[in-house]
Amino acid sequence: MQRELGTRKVVRTSLVVVVAMVGFVGLMIPLYDIICDITGLNGKTGVVATEDVTNQTADHTITVQFDGTVNSDLPWAFKPKQFSMEVIPGKLYATEYIAQNVADVAVTGQAVPSVAPGQASLYFSKTECFCFTEQLLQPGEEKNMPVTFIVSSDIPKDIEVLTLSYTFFNKNKMTAEQAANNTNHDNI
Amino acid sequence: MSHDITHDEIAHDHHDHDHKPKGFVKRWLMTTNHKDIGTLYLIFAFAMFIFGGAMAMVIRLELFQPGLQFVEPDFFNQMTTMHALIMVFGAVMPAFVGLANWMIPMMIGAPDMALPRMNNWSFWILPFAFAILSSTLFMDGGAPAGGWTMYPPLVLQGGHNVAYLVFAVHLMGISSIMGAINVIATIMNMRAPNVGYLNMPLFVWTWLITAFLLIAVMPVLAGAVTMLLTDRYFDTSFFNAAGGGDPVLFQHIFWFFGHPEVYIMILPAFGVISEIIPTFARKPLFGYVSMVYATAAIAFLSFIVWAHHMFSVGMPLGAELYFMYATMMIAVPTGVKVFNWVATMWKGSMTFETPMLFSLAFVILFTIGGFSGVMMALAPVDLQYHDTYFIVAHFHYVLVTGAVFAIIAGAYYWLPKWSGHMYNERLGKIHFWWSTISVNVLFFPQHFLGLAGMPRRIPDYSTQFAEFNMWSSIGGFAFGLAQVFFIYIVWKTVRGGEKATAEVWEGAKGLEWTVPSPAPYHTFEDFGPVDLDKMAHGKTH
Repeated sequence: MQRELGTRKVVRTSLVVVVAMVGFVGLMIPLYDIICDITGLNGKTGVVATEDVTNQTADHTITVQFDGTVNSDLPWAFKPKQFSMEVIPGKLYATEYIAQNVADVAVTGQAVPSVAPGQASLYFSKTECFCFTEQLLQPGEEKNMPVTFIVSSDIPKDIEVLTLSYTFFNKNKMTAEQAANNTNHDNI
Repeated sequence: MSHDITHDEIAHDHHDHDHKPKGFVKRWLMTTNHKDIGTLYLIFAFAMFIFGGAMAMVIRLELFQPGLQFVEPDFFNQMTTMHALIMVFGAVMPAFVGLANWMIPMMIGAPDMALPRMNNWSFWILPFAFAILSSTLFMDGGAPAGGWTMYPPLVLQGGHNVAYLVFAVHLMGISSIMGAINVIATIMNMRAPNVGYLNMPLFVWTWLITAFLLIAVMPVLAGAVTMLLTDRYFDTSFFNAAGGGDPVLFQHIFWFFGHPEVYIMILPAFGVISEIIPTFARKPLFGYVSMVYATAAIAFLSFIVWAHHMFSVGMPLGAELYFMYATMMIAVPTGVKVFNWVATMWKGSMTFETPMLFSLAFVILFTIGGFSGVMMALAPVDLQYHDTYFIVAHFHYVLVTGAVFAIIAGAYYWLPKWSGHMYNERLGKIHFWWSTISVNVLFFPQHFLGLAGMPRRIPDYSTQFAEFNMWSSIGGFAFGLAQVFFIYIVWKTVRGGEKATAEVWEGAKGLEWTVPSPAPYHTFEDFGPVDLDKMAHGKTH
């Protein structure tokens, strides 16, 4: 009897651990986002900040590099107009990317930004960006895509170069795929 | 137990007075006997070992020469992915569960596992899980080919096999969790009344700790693959950058499972080796309590080092440093174990029967795998090793010459107890030398290939890698053949051979050696106290 009670207790406790660990995985999603917000781990750029524009500027410059790629699902050409610029932290700068739809149908794209090194993403904000909204390009249409950004004057001195990178994803494809997921095969 | 056995009698006539269930279905499909279920697990694991091994042969055949000769690149990738999934979840883990089922009750004086019916269930889920997984090989689009680590977005781009993969992993997880709960319940509640925790053999200790790891991390894997499934079919974006998710998050979750998982595969191996070496050195295990603490320390550390698999994804410097130092710390308790095994042998009256030979090879070759592990723990140099054949060499040294050698050693060590017959020592020694030489020809050159820059999971390579790859393939075919020879040895032993005594090995300590060979269908039925003098650590309190 004693033995049976003991076994029951072990089973109950073990099942609680199993359920708790499933919960822990669920918790990892928001937890990861919070940790990334604090540390800049995944290079996601922060909130839009207009009031960050202060008179305070740093007394050194840093190099900002621009990078643009398209996901293989998107029939676009996409690249920065200018590959790098010297900026004074605390000042507002503007640059442009160029995107062209090379397909013969209209395609909607969504750009996802990322900053490397991750730590620098905490000091990088955009006041205006083509990535804030979806972009629709008609067949063959070419469009300039402006970004205005500011690097905070608080940025640590040891970060001398930072890279702003965009990946454009196919928004049509995503929704189409979501709608018709019962197709036999996905052509990548 | 008054057996009246002649060698040419067939097996099921032996134990009529053991009250074994009659008929194949009742005996095997519906069995709740820990020995039968242990046998089922071991047979299943060996079948999967041969199945996964056949895939390794395809891989080595394609890599025999540069260029594409035999298989399409996509099929090659299916082979690497399925080989890993089948070996990890189908061969190594079930083999250790099989050993646990057979030995744990007999080692602690228990009549059976605590939850015999669940035991039956946790085994019979496995054939279904692997049938689901293997069925993808015959489907349009083929089997999963994105690597056993299932990284998105790649794994989601291979067609519908991802759904089969996810459900198979769920089933394996359920099976492992049920097996682990059973082991914990057995060890905590079913010990003979005078057997304390610090009387338990080390195999039982390592399995107790392994079982805790299993119930802690298998749900994590299940959660991760479920998110893959919803990302693929239900429009979520957990790991999809276009929808605001992050593929790197999957790697964090996967390796939070994955690192404890590698210890799930090696801790029971430590236990097996800790049983065998004292027997053949004829000395008690050196530093028994420190072995228990070292095992627990390794298990704890396994939870806080996961990102050393991800040094190249781009982490903050602080995180790289932390994971580097924490990982190197694992070498300390592991070193305690290796030195304790060596100290156990020191001035012992050693003999070198096959189980001991495999155990000695384990100590040496596992340590080589451990050393390359310490090399990879160094974040700055890991950037060079990442995703190269150096990694392949490392984890095959710890898993093949580590886990698999320990399983083979355990099989030779306990086979006389299971079957009642001694195996042929000469054939065992041939198997040992054949395996040990060929496995080194197979994996040692892969270190050099990796350092020279050959990437893993690629069916073709540039010509400067040709010689080492050819050696490696020759070693691979020889090692594969050696395991077919092992089937023959086991088959021959089960069918007949010299009658084994109850003790089997001269002076062997442990309760399993107090019951006759073959072990009767039911043992330790009275729940009574056992003779502590017969246990290796029986007098420690």
